[in-house]
Amino acid sequence: MSKLAKALLSRPEISALVMLLVVVTGFAVYAPQFISTGNTRVILFAVPELGILALGTGILMIAGEFDLSVGSVFALVPMVIVILMGKLGIDPALAICLGLLVAILVGYLNGWITLTFGIPSFVTTLGMLFIARSIATVLSGGFPPPFPANTPTGLFVADLGLFRSSMLWFLAFIVLLGVMLHRTNLGNWIYATGGQRQAADDMGIDTRRVKLFCFMLCSFLAGFAGMITTFRLRSALPSLGEGLELQAIAANVIGGTALTGGIGSVAGFVIGTFLIRVIDNGLVMARIDANWFRLAIGTLTILAVILNITLRRKARAMRG
Amino acid sequence: MALEEHVQPKESFVRPSADALIRCERIEKWYGSVHALTGVDFHCERNEVVGLVGDNGAGKSTLIKILSGAERHDGGKIFVEGREVRFRSPKDAMALGIETIYQYTAMVPHMSIARNIFIGREPLKWSLGGLGWMDLRKMADHAINSLTNIDLRTRSPDTPVEELSGGQRQAVAIARAMYFKSKVLILDEPTNHLSVKETNKVLDFVAALRDQGITSVFISHNLHHIHPIADRIVAMARGEKIADIRKADITVEQMTAMIV
Ligand SMILES: Nc1ncnc2c1ncn2[C@@H]1O[C@H](COP(=O)(O)OP(=O)(O)OP(=O)(O)O)[C@@H](O)[C@H]1O
Ligand SMILES: [Mg+2]
Repeated sequence: MSKLAKALLSRPEISALVMLLVVVTGFAVYAPQFISTGNTRVILFAVPELGILALGTGILMIAGEFDLSVGSVFALVPMVIVILMGKLGIDPALAICLGLLVAILVGYLNGWITLTFGIPSFVTTLGMLFIARSIATVLSGGFPPPFPANTPTGLFVADLGLFRSSMLWFLAFIVLLGVMLHRTNLGNWIYATGGQRQAADDMGIDTRRVKLFCFMLCSFLAGFAGMITTFRLRSALPSLGEGLELQAIAANVIGGTALTGGIGSVAGFVIGTFLIRVIDNGLVMARIDANWFRLAIGTLTILAVILNITLRRKARAMRG
Repeated sequence: MALEEHVQPKESFVRPSADALIRCERIEKWYGSVHALTGVDFHCERNEVVGLVGDNGAGKSTLIKILSGAERHDGGKIFVEGREVRFRSPKDAMALGIETIYQYTAMVPHMSIARNIFIGREPLKWSLGGLGWMDLRKMADHAINSLTNIDLRTRSPDTPVEELSGGQRQAVAIARAMYFKSKVLILDEPTNHLSVKETNKVLDFVAALRDQGITSVFISHNLHHIHPIADRIVAMARGEKIADIRKADITVEQMTAMIV
């Protein structure tokens, strides 16, 4: 019994899951239409876009680094894709590949600058937040570029009833990255690198390469998520994803990821994402002024961290 | 007593045998303008416990970082089992059976004992280009074995290392080296900040390594820790080796006088 209690206490995503259930139940009681099929669709439509983003920022956070530029990459990458297709007439598949390559390149730059000069990734990616946003705005020329009709939006955002095909991509990324993080040696290196870089170095792990990989993965996922949103809106907006980096990081933290690195799980990222999206939507359904959304997320983030730290201390105090 | 009496003449330093496991000649290391090692000879034989002592900044850590592949030397030669080597990373040294345990960074605190033991050397069920699926069952089984070896039977291999005491962490790191059949285990101040009881346990483990045919190099400030278990004592000062002597030939008091 105490073993089970300890196992539960030391898994922060469990407390996030409990919070999610409480919030869902609360909204369901307060605003019954919250759990209608129509509204479930609305929530499930919105989840993958933040979720894919949060997978990237979360894994990077486990590796001990931040990426504040994901919101801007979220706008830049689809801007590049749409311009390549619409203005230059490049084949959609190739345009998508090139756009995602831009994302990977931004991630590589973030990582290379951070690791080569030994500066905090907070600073590098804060700079990149402005740079990437600026480029996206300049590329658009002030107006959203024409959205080509031959874009394969169906592959990414087709309405499948309860959810869009973006949900299938999200699920694929969850499985793929969940396996990578929790079942492969690369995942072990990511945890070791973020948990105690010197120890990982001493055991012969190339922690620079591990971090660089996580930077690139994070940026790639941000670009991918931005592309999905753009295909859903059928318009590449230069202002897309502003402030989204903070929502992604909040989702990670609510899901039990430690800002100091080495702690976190894919399940936590997913639950954190659902919590944010559910609260966002639930406030609307409950006819509460939507401007309370940020207050709710802010409160939740702080509470989640306090709860996690308290629970972890409790768990550590228990023998087992 | 005159100071000279305490200084060991270079001619009487213990010399390496033809069969020495590790032998370094005239190792030099610069950190910018700091000459951390000014041409140090060092060796260890098979099945030997070498105590490495010296004041703060003497160059002990620098020497063993070079031997463990964490730092590169600027001059001199290293031979392992008679063959000259050049380590580019700790992996190279580990591949030749040289394992190092550092006081504070031996383990990743949040990770489980089982995962810590296998960092960088995870057993894989299948792999592609070095990346692959970890054999978690095998990791847990071997972790349980290792914990039994170090009298930590009651701890689950899933316990995060941060829940272990300093001495227990050292013990797990020693068990890790035993599991990977290291030939030489280098321990940099493993008894620092440990209680008397835990210190004695760690000393027992190091002494037991010799019985398993593992050579160890043991760094400490405390001669009382080194003297009981070492076969040979090497003292350093200001980037130089100032003594290399069989334990039987010296008392703790003489040793103390020599290095301070
Ligand atoms: N990374 C580094 N950069 C610059 N100087 C260094 C570095 N590491 C060590 N030194 C210098 O090299 C010299 C030897 O240091 P080292 O750490 O090897 O000493 P030590 O014998 O291990 O000392 P202690 O007993 O305090 O651990 C010292 O003068 C130290 O300041
Ligand atoms: Mg030292």
